[in-house]
Amino acid sequence: MKRRDFLHYTGLGLGAAILSNIPLPGKAVSPEVLLDNPIDTTVKKQLADVVLTTAKSKGASYADVRIGRYLRQYITTRERNVESITNTESYGIGIRVIANGSWGFAATDRMDKESIAKATDTAVAIAKVNAKLQIEPVQLAPQKGYGEVNWKTPIEKNGLEVPLKEKVDLLLAANNVALTNGASFINNSLFLINEQKYFASTDGSYIDQDIHRIWPTFTVTKTDKKSGKFETRNALSAPMGMGYEYLMPREEDKIKGIITLYKNRYDLLEDVKTATLHVDEKLKAKPVEPGKYDLVLDPTNLFLTIHESVGHPTELDRVLGYEANYAGTSFVTLDKWKSKNFNFGSKLVNFVADKTQQNSLGAVGYDDEGVKTKEWDLIKDGILVNYQATRDQAHIIGLKESQGCSYADDWSSVQFQRMPNVSLQVGKSPLQPADMIKKIEKGLYMFGRNSYSIDQQRYNFQFSSQLCYEIKNGAITGLVRDAAYQANTQEFWNSCSAICDQSDFRLGGSFFDGKGQPSQVSAVSHGCATSKFSGVNVINTGRKI
Amino acid sequence: MPILSKEEAQTILKKAMAFSKAEDCTISLSGSEGGNIRYARNAVSTAGDINSMSLGVTSAFGKRTGTATINEFDDASLQKVVHRAEELAKLAPENPEYMPLLGPQTYPESITYNPATAAINPDKRADAVGKSLQVAKEGKLEAAGFLENGTGFNSFMNSKGLFAYNKDTDVSFSVTLRNEAGTGSGYISKSYNDVARLDTLALTKIAASKANGSAGAKAIEPGKYTVILEPLAASDMVDNMFNGFDARNADEGRSFMSKKGGGTRMGEQLFDPNVTIYNDPMDPILPSSTWTGDGRPQRKTVWVDKGVVKNLAYSRYWAQQKGVDAVPPARRMIMQGGTSSIADMIKNTDRGILVTRFWYIRFVDPQTLLLTGLTRDGTFYIENGKIKFPIKNFRFNESPVIMLNNVEELGKAERVGNLVVPPMKIRDFTFTSLSDAV
Repeated sequence: MKRRDFLHYTGLGLGAAILSNIPLPGKAVSPEVLLDNPIDTTVKKQLADVVLTTAKSKGASYADVRIGRYLRQYITTRERNVESITNTESYGIGIRVIANGSWGFAATDRMDKESIAKATDTAVAIAKVNAKLQIEPVQLAPQKGYGEVNWKTPIEKNGLEVPLKEKVDLLLAANNVALTNGASFINNSLFLINEQKYFASTDGSYIDQDIHRIWPTFTVTKTDKKSGKFETRNALSAPMGMGYEYLMPREEDKIKGIITLYKNRYDLLEDVKTATLHVDEKLKAKPVEPGKYDLVLDPTNLFLTIHESVGHPTELDRVLGYEANYAGTSFVTLDKWKSKNFNFGSKLVNFVADKTQQNSLGAVGYDDEGVKTKEWDLIKDGILVNYQATRDQAHIIGLKESQGCSYADDWSSVQFQRMPNVSLQVGKSPLQPADMIKKIEKGLYMFGRNSYSIDQQRYNFQFSSQLCYEIKNGAITGLVRDAAYQANTQEFWNSCSAICDQSDFRLGGSFFDGKGQPSQVSAVSHGCATSKFSGVNVINTGRKI
Repeated sequence: MPILSKEEAQTILKKAMAFSKAEDCTISLSGSEGGNIRYARNAVSTAGDINSMSLGVTSAFGKRTGTATINEFDDASLQKVVHRAEELAKLAPENPEYMPLLGPQTYPESITYNPATAAINPDKRADAVGKSLQVAKEGKLEAAGFLENGTGFNSFMNSKGLFAYNKDTDVSFSVTLRNEAGTGSGYISKSYNDVARLDTLALTKIAASKANGSAGAKAIEPGKYTVILEPLAASDMVDNMFNGFDARNADEGRSFMSKKGGGTRMGEQLFDPNVTIYNDPMDPILPSSTWTGDGRPQRKTVWVDKGVVKNLAYSRYWAQQKGVDAVPPARRMIMQGGTSSIADMIKNTDRGILVTRFWYIRFVDPQTLLLTGLTRDGTFYIENGKIKFPIKNFRFNESPVIMLNNVEELGKAERVGNLVVPPMKIRDFTFTSLSDAV
């Protein structure tokens, strides 16, 4: 049964209606359970050793084990009401083995030694069945064991420890700001996630990690009964690999331009107030004239274009065909990489992959197959130089070690290649968005993520924004509506003609990025500074029904 | 263990209910078992079995509610979970929209359970995939696919004496075949309640023929075209419309169902007279439970009749506010077909495009329900009643509401995912750019 159906059927105050599109694995628990101490590492090591010993004795050549406790708290509100408060805990063990050269996987939430040994048997048995349909054996890049090590997201304040009332009060205070300033509706939510993950493998690693993520987001709506029109503006926040401190605003983290933007601290009340003014302006905005424009894309918009047009096509599993039946393949084929001269973008374009950037969603100490994380170039001076790989893929691109891109969204899910943070490097010379705009004759300045769509090989895309300002002869003239940019990935990145400096660098991110069958989510950040793209095609998406 | 009978479920629910001290209490018990196998590059990549069962308790004191869930079913655990839900309810803020529980209801027996589908095991899944791989290897094509089956039961009981139980099965299969040069790609996806209908060999052959037929695609200019949408493509478009059949959003003025000046568009001729859409829990191809999550009976409901909007879905709260019947939302929609066939439609087309499926569909404008996305896995140019050649994929920007006003012909409806839709011929479908993707 699909999770959506399950929630639909049960619908018991789990916030089913509002959360039906949001993955919510685990069982519902009371908020205080989220504060229980993590499971003792000695206990986890004992359970892990049961798996490693059993797997070897059943004929596995390799085994890894992930003991995961995943805590999630989702609060959703609308106007003056709390719609749902959902607390879930998911605790169990996922076992992956190689036997007869093939992968096998099994998982259980029965945490006694007998059940764990039985699940290990199942994993080995599945590997042996799959081996019959295998063409070539799995080849793992070597990985040294790290012994007993740990890593923790450097948070200042654990969001799960903040009293529920304080969080609800903040959301309702923000809703009050919207309603008293003339909004018709506001939906306002807060997502908090804590992954307590323990990894062990037959290579001799025992890795304990404590990972935190936060995402506050809202939609302000204004309706105009007379015309039957309505407009919305979503939050310009970013999901972050941070604690509750993200919701404690700080002046030095604000960038003040035509609107206020946020770096590592977010001012929810301020953004809601601005959004409420924006929906009024959007209702009155004139439609965009379709045609070619110079685009100035703020990081709140550009991060998603990076995610879709750079992050996904450089995933090696897509390049190889493992995702052909679902997400698709990639235009960045191996021959283009081998040529060493594939012009992905202009000379200004440098993309770095990493799982180390502070405050990012992708930051961890070790990936889900026990590889220490790092950073590496994907696009260097506009040329494609590398991909994103896991241990069983590294040899395909001539690497001697994995790049640490393995992730599973739960103990019960099989880990596979997932996107690290992929970030556009900032410009080397001082440049601010205002300087950029002065030099533009006919342009559009876009903020915020909105509609996004890209083909299965990542050539053709279309994106729109929350706010689109028209630029005429070096000055901003006002908001326009119904603008979406359509481009080919390679042409788009080759049209990149300016990138602002480090002072404008910010992270955006995808909190629930879907991939795989059965589908799994992951969270990933993309950093960049405001960037300019010359002569991009913009269409008008206004229609009448 | 995870699939309990009606009597077994009722026994556990009664036992848990006996521990309740709340003013209102609802307890649900659900379980599922199933598995999947995934393959790519002509070999199995992952496979797994997943079983789970859990019990959820929602307790209410006045308008305060709390929910707790557990996956252990001994007396002490049941008592603990009921107690925890009650504690949570006492801490929760009041929900002004809380509705009193429904009393006992009568539901017809559903037809959602099929014993053959429930009996699928890892060997059967591997066999089915073996047949699919055979087609790929013989045709010198590369296959990537996914087969998943599940059996589930859902039950719930409330303190007003309502009890409901349902058991269901489902199996779904999809496969993509690509040629060695990477210039052709074909796809098929099917879901069934009864596994006897699943033929992975025959289905993979369809995908193979699309993969070969789509190779060497030519570019033609984007613009407005007559399109023939295969059921998969048609379902991709109409599926995105059904969430809009919500009365509250329409009444609040933030939906394509909102009326200028206030109110909803119920009763309006919003679509072509050929368009009739309903849901029917007893439909043999697409059966569903005869009750909803909050205990309302799920009956056959006509949403669009000959193009006129006949119903919108109401939560019990919103129905009470508006003084109307609380028509529950339907997820498994059926669009009535016509008498034509894809072959007839092609024959009757002077100039048009045949679309196998769409991909990466996203809303562009909630006001008009404008969607964007791309064609994928087999797009063909039609001239003078014949398929002339494969064409490169297009991006479209089109609203299903506009599309269902431009219906020329409908074929026989079939199940696609969790919908039943016919193939359809549509005039003036808007393609806005070309894609090089295969």
